[in-house]
Amino acid sequence: MLYKIWMSIVKEFLLLKRDLGGLIILFIMPLILVITVTIIQDSTFKTVSDNKIQILLVDNDKGSVSKTVFDNLQKNNAFDIVTQIDDQPITEEIAKENVYKGKFKLAIVIPKDLSVDLQAKVDQNVQNIVSKMGFTDSVAEPKTSKVLQQKEVKLYFDPAVQMSFKTSVMNAIDKMISQIETKSIYTTFQNQLGEENAQFDQKSFITFKEIIPRINNKEVLPNSVQHNVPAWTLFAIFFIVIPLSINIVKEKSQGTFVRLLTNPTSNLIIIIGKTITYLMICMIQFYMMVAVAIFLFPHIGLPSLNVEGHLFLMSVVALFSGFGAIGFGILLGTIASTQEQSAPFGATSVIILAAVGGVWVPVFAMPKIMQIIAKSSPMNWGLEAFYDVLLRNGSFVEIIPKISLLFLFFIITTSIALFYDKKKRTV
Amino acid sequence: MNSIIKIESLSKKYKDAEMFSLNNVSLEINEGQIFGLLGPNGAGKTTLISMLCGLIKPTSGHFTINDLDYSHHSAKIKKIIGVVPQEYALYPTLTARENLHYFGSMYGLKGSYLKDKVIETLDLLGLLKFADKRIETFSGGMKRRVNLIAGILHNPKVLFLDEPTVGVDVQSKNAILDYLKVLNQNGTTIIYTSHHLAEAEDFCDTIAILDQGRIYAQGTPSTLIASVEEARNLEEVFISLTGKDFRDAI
Repeated sequence: MLYKIWMSIVKEFLLLKRDLGGLIILFIMPLILVITVTIIQDSTFKTVSDNKIQILLVDNDKGSVSKTVFDNLQKNNAFDIVTQIDDQPITEEIAKENVYKGKFKLAIVIPKDLSVDLQAKVDQNVQNIVSKMGFTDSVAEPKTSKVLQQKEVKLYFDPAVQMSFKTSVMNAIDKMISQIETKSIYTTFQNQLGEENAQFDQKSFITFKEIIPRINNKEVLPNSVQHNVPAWTLFAIFFIVIPLSINIVKEKSQGTFVRLLTNPTSNLIIIIGKTITYLMICMIQFYMMVAVAIFLFPHIGLPSLNVEGHLFLMSVVALFSGFGAIGFGILLGTIASTQEQSAPFGATSVIILAAVGGVWVPVFAMPKIMQIIAKSSPMNWGLEAFYDVLLRNGSFVEIIPKISLLFLFFIITTSIALFYDKKKRTV
Repeated sequence: MNSIIKIESLSKKYKDAEMFSLNNVSLEINEGQIFGLLGPNGAGKTTLISMLCGLIKPTSGHFTINDLDYSHHSAKIKKIIGVVPQEYALYPTLTARENLHYFGSMYGLKGSYLKDKVIETLDLLGLLKFADKRIETFSGGMKRRVNLIAGILHNPKVLFLDEPTVGVDVQSKNAILDYLKVLNQNGTTIIYTSHHLAEAEDFCDTIAILDQGRIYAQGTPSTLIASVEEARNLEEVFISLTGKDFRDAI
């Protein structure tokens, strides 16, 4: 039996060796994929980017508020502030037209007299409070009592920008305006009460700090590579479904499968031979991608993958993910009658499994129903196991449930394939 | 002579099919015979061979090979039978030697015995100098010969051949049939299907003519010819028994 398994492995390797297209899919494409996606996604993790986003600023205020907004945006390295187009100051209409045509991602329109009216509004409010507190002798006379209308800072977004970009920009501007208002209030109080009566510390009292996990007493700051390499490695491992299912379909169409059925060799031996071969390929793929992430990434401006102390458990996760992918490939190859059925279905289903499993969008950000479905995706089990090991410093015990599910998936899909094949022959 | 294959009331009706592909067939094939199964398309030849090889299950009836019942002794039966399917059941990107080593090993052959056996049979069928060439580069006749070798490496007691000479040149056909005769002389029972009636007349010692899942006639070529008035050869016997109508079916 062992000799038959060995010969099956040799045969599978010979078939793969002679299939250049298949080899490219198996080894080169995953590397290109992981490099490309990590480079693209890395920029979203970085605070400093070479490609700044150009923002139009329409300053109708010409006061301290617009100056503060300009200075703060200028300080933010992600943005490049544009106040003139073709040496002409930008009006709201020009800004709107440019943004809606997609020439700029965002325009900020600061209304006329914002600084003056803000100060007047703050003065009114402070004066009311101070007079109610009985400090009327020491305070200055009110400068104005006119009714001030609410002011509106207008934002124009390119319709093509993503909601996440919009939300983060709006939050940043909201925070900036709140700070300006608070500062004005403090300053006005200080002026009204006289500097000897009031010295306000204008710094925020409440601050927040992210507590970063520590491993071996060292802070481990997750970066794009730590997130992307496991996710896309898993994606590549599952792409083995395509060559494996094609391999099985070919055996059926060539008649070699029928010949094997007439041999005194159980179908299980043939499946074991394929499983061992493709598991080896999965592991080679995995180590190639890890090697690229460790050694090549630093040379192309990406952080290096930190696998310190995790490589063994990562290998275990990769191995069991391979089992999951192979089970799916065997089932697909057994059910499909032609390569035209197995290849597109394999590719599409792997993409769906990846999407559902949280490779692109984190599961927590999905709608409730998709979160439930995600829990049944083998890609999600693999991804969570990788994150447990690499980002959450999990132990072997913690990944047991996930790798067990992957192995169970392999057993179930392979059993269905064997049962289906047997059933088909009793036609 | 001992019967090596005993078939009793064997029937097969495929799912959703209106008619039986094989209908209550009973047959005995003696050890050492070259037994020809002849019939028009859809007569049930391939269905019968597929059942005897264990590829599909009968709807009813049963059979034994070398006194072994397939339902209880499938592994033992598979060890003593060889199958040469109609299609080239070979890996096109592997060489002839690699294909034969692989299929030989699936019969439990290994080591120097397997290597020597592959060389010997390739040589006998004139293919030794192409042993390390890929099958995809072979002509139809060469592929047929490798296809045959893959089914006989383990010296089977019973050899099933489904149209082994279809689509090959005269030279390859003669090489195949000559080699099969040698195998038969060495004790292998051969069950063979073909549409080449003249070839079957020369090659087989016993012939059964099947049509519509039933055996219409059985005997030696000469007795079959003698049984039909004015028949001069097997083809005339065949036409008189099965008619001139096409057997097209979808």
